[in-house]
Amino acid sequence: MTQWQTLCNLDDLPADSGICALIDELQIALFYVAKMQTVFALNNYDPFAKAHVLSRGIIGDVNGDPVVASPIYKQHFKLTTGECIEDTSVKITSYPVRINNQHIEIKLTHG
Amino acid sequence: MNTKKNLVVIGNGMVGQHFLAQLVASPIKDEYNITTFCEEPRVAYDRVHLSAFFSGKTAEDLSLVEANFFEQHGIHLLLGDKAAKIDRATKTITSALGHTVSYDKLVLATGSFPFVPPVPGHDRPQCLVYRTIEDLEAIATAANKSKVGVVVGGGLLGLEAAKALKDLGLKTHVVEFAPRLMAVQLDEAGGTLLRNKIEQLGVTVHTNRNTQLITNGEQCLNKMCFADGEELETDIILFSAGIRPRDDIARDCELEVGARGGIVIDNQCKTSDPDIYAIGECALWNNMIYGLVAPGYAMARTVVADLAHQSASFMGADMSTKLKLMGVDVASIGDAHAKTPGALIYTYQNGELEIYKRLVVSPDKKYLLGAVLVGDASSYSTLLQYCLNGIQLPAQPDSLILPSLSSEPAGLGPDALPNTAQICSCYDVSKGDICQAVAAGCHTVGALKAETKAGSGCGGCAALVKSVLNSELAKQGVEVNTDLCEHFAYTRQELFTLIKVEKIRTFDDLLDKHGKGLGCEICKPTVASILASNWNDFILKTEHAPLQDTNDAFLANIQKDGTYSVVPRIAGGEITPDKLIVLGQIGKKYQLYTKITGGQRVDLFGARVEQLPLIWKELVDAGFESGHAYGKSLRTVKSCVGSNWCRYGVDDSVGLAIELENRYKGLRSPHKIKFAVSGCTRECAEAQGKDIGVIATETGWSLYVCGNGGMKPRHADLFATSLDKDTLIRYIDRFLSFYIQTADRLQRTSVWMENMAGGLDHLKEVIINDSLGLCEQLEAQMQHVVDTYQCEWKSTIEDESKLKRFKPFVNSEESDQHIVFIEERGQIRPAEPSPQKHFKMVEVA
Repeated sequence: MTQWQTLCNLDDLPADSGICALIDELQIALFYVAKMQTVFALNNYDPFAKAHVLSRGIIGDVNGDPVVASPIYKQHFKLTTGECIEDTSVKITSYPVRINNQHIEIKLTHG
Repeated sequence: MNTKKNLVVIGNGMVGQHFLAQLVASPIKDEYNITTFCEEPRVAYDRVHLSAFFSGKTAEDLSLVEANFFEQHGIHLLLGDKAAKIDRATKTITSALGHTVSYDKLVLATGSFPFVPPVPGHDRPQCLVYRTIEDLEAIATAANKSKVGVVVGGGLLGLEAAKALKDLGLKTHVVEFAPRLMAVQLDEAGGTLLRNKIEQLGVTVHTNRNTQLITNGEQCLNKMCFADGEELETDIILFSAGIRPRDDIARDCELEVGARGGIVIDNQCKTSDPDIYAIGECALWNNMIYGLVAPGYAMARTVVADLAHQSASFMGADMSTKLKLMGVDVASIGDAHAKTPGALIYTYQNGELEIYKRLVVSPDKKYLLGAVLVGDASSYSTLLQYCLNGIQLPAQPDSLILPSLSSEPAGLGPDALPNTAQICSCYDVSKGDICQAVAAGCHTVGALKAETKAGSGCGGCAALVKSVLNSELAKQGVEVNTDLCEHFAYTRQELFTLIKVEKIRTFDDLLDKHGKGLGCEICKPTVASILASNWNDFILKTEHAPLQDTNDAFLANIQKDGTYSVVPRIAGGEITPDKLIVLGQIGKKYQLYTKITGGQRVDLFGARVEQLPLIWKELVDAGFESGHAYGKSLRTVKSCVGSNWCRYGVDDSVGLAIELENRYKGLRSPHKIKFAVSGCTRECAEAQGKDIGVIATETGWSLYVCGNGGMKPRHADLFATSLDKDTLIRYIDRFLSFYIQTADRLQRTSVWMENMAGGLDHLKEVIINDSLGLCEQLEAQMQHVVDTYQCEWKSTIEDESKLKRFKPFVNSEESDQHIVFIEERGQIRPAEPSPQKHFKMVEVA
């Protein structure tokens, strides 16, 4: 079953940075891009570094696509889809996320 | 059985050595047993830069011979032995020490000796010449007990010698027989301007002076009496009135010599005996003695080619020169005196900036015949190429020397040059050679230098080499894009200037005004660093925090498993037992892996984000400060124990190291910066492998710059000697500020300097002589950073809002379960990640 669940408040998200949330054992990196007034959610696991660190990467854009750069080896992952720009065979999970009444809500498809 | 022939070289000066180097690089080396005489007690060294000996270079620094050169190539070196006599009948040479060597082919590279005018008293005490390192040592000894020095001769070498006397602290005069300085190269107006400039530097110039007698002085050791009745008292007299070829050994064996000296050679550099060649300043070609090194090198190459039975000819050489005399640019090209009939002359003179330029142009206005440049020789390379390659001049030739009012430089693009154009005259590297090297993969100036040697002689062609390189890269489709990234069409240096001049204080402001998009992991940390260098705000201020790399954002060094390491500052490596105990207690309490770093401090690994503020609270309470191991900033100032304890110590290296570390701690820069201070020349702190190295000597501190360890080790360059502490710190302030303003992102000082046009000499001009008029501003910038230092960890733990970032999860108090350690050698280490646990999270598209 799929439901929107609240993670935190918009105030908890530092502008143009990442932060990490925990649902059960799942680590979810949340990124708030102030210029776009949009929140993105990716799995926090960096498959290249094999560590849970993506929320600590710098965010920016590559040719207009909003991305996060791994803080360990600097690969870029698209915030929208989780696709790795340097190695398109690698894609990390992205999650639907929304700002609802100042709350950050996420929908996990696998329940 | 040895079937090899014997080849003997008499003379191991610059040209003799160049000949050997060319010879061993040629396949014909296998046909010869090679022997060389070297009369001086040391093998070939750089006479062109001899005055560097007085600014701290050692004889070793000046050496032109790679270690083991002779052994490696099986060359028999007769060091300190002079070839005394050639017997052409038996083809043998007898040395002053009685050795006999037989030859099949002989190369004379005996060089020249300084001409000393036969004035009565020329052999009085402290009447010296300027030619060898021994001469320089004699000058240095004499200078110790002297106040006044005179150089006789106002030519190239004379002015070099005057600089040396000036550097030795003497009241310096130049006495010239001709009506102007550098009479061979300069016209009257150029000579006058040069004279004014040199006099402003405190050297008194006397022209039209004919010395008739040298006798006892009253205030000084010597007195010079001139034909016009004037007198000049001086302690030291240095004769630098030209050179004479050393041809005595050739005369004795009846080789043909010129009426005014010089061993006569043909176009293959053969003397009147076909088995004997002569090269360099001892050789007379077409009634000309060439007193420059480049023609000598060309002769050396000709002989190697001739020995290899290739057709090669020495057909004279261009005598154009460019040099810096006491900080004044002087250049002369081709027919500087307009001796060509009907030649047209264009001159430009700027009284305010003290610049003089003169062009000599063919009567049909099509070709450049010669030029004189004083005060600004930046157009030398372009003009030389016009002249040497017969490139047609623009319709208005004077546009080449008039100040350009548009921003378009009046240079000659590298594409206009033919492939045969000689770019580097010292090593005879053509444009074609450079293009070939670029095509073969040399894509940086450094790689080109290593491959072709272009620009590694006098360095005068460095800018041209770079422009050929860029043009070739562009043609190959290798983009020479100097933009920082896709968000800013500027170099780091340009962004630095924009931020400074427009007083921009945030990334967003800069992006709005000069950039586009959201930024990225390249421009954000770069701009954060520039902002910090300029304004020195707290780097975790709300508007700056998102710009920082994770290390700066968490004020610690991220490790492969996402944990961090903690490095408190231990200035100079000095630490009390109590503080050492605190580190041990903290390491134990938080179960951290503990290691001593290469920078004489302690690194504590395995801290989780949430532990960082707790650990630092304890460290700050115990008196520790942030070590900035996470930043592109000053890391450590390593030191040896110094004179307080060491029986060899000359000065207190630890004290200075602590002072320097505390002065520059927290300074943000294009890359990390490392220092070291050694208390004596035994150099236990390894200062010559650091960005800034300081070594104590009996006469004060020696400053070394731009060294590096790591991936590309580089021995630091000696920058200044005998400094007191205030001067030392002033130079370091200027050096670091200049580096921070002009380097590229992630460019260490070593690479920065190697890519700088003019290299070390230029850097010295900027830092020591303030040639760009920047020093005041550079010092002010540094002082601002010093005055606004704060310990970033102290500021962080005192600010509740900053601590939020150190919570691993925004919605949970748990800590990261994926961080797992195992034990090894009694301490923790990261466990290898378990693949099953994370596998499902990686989806293959």
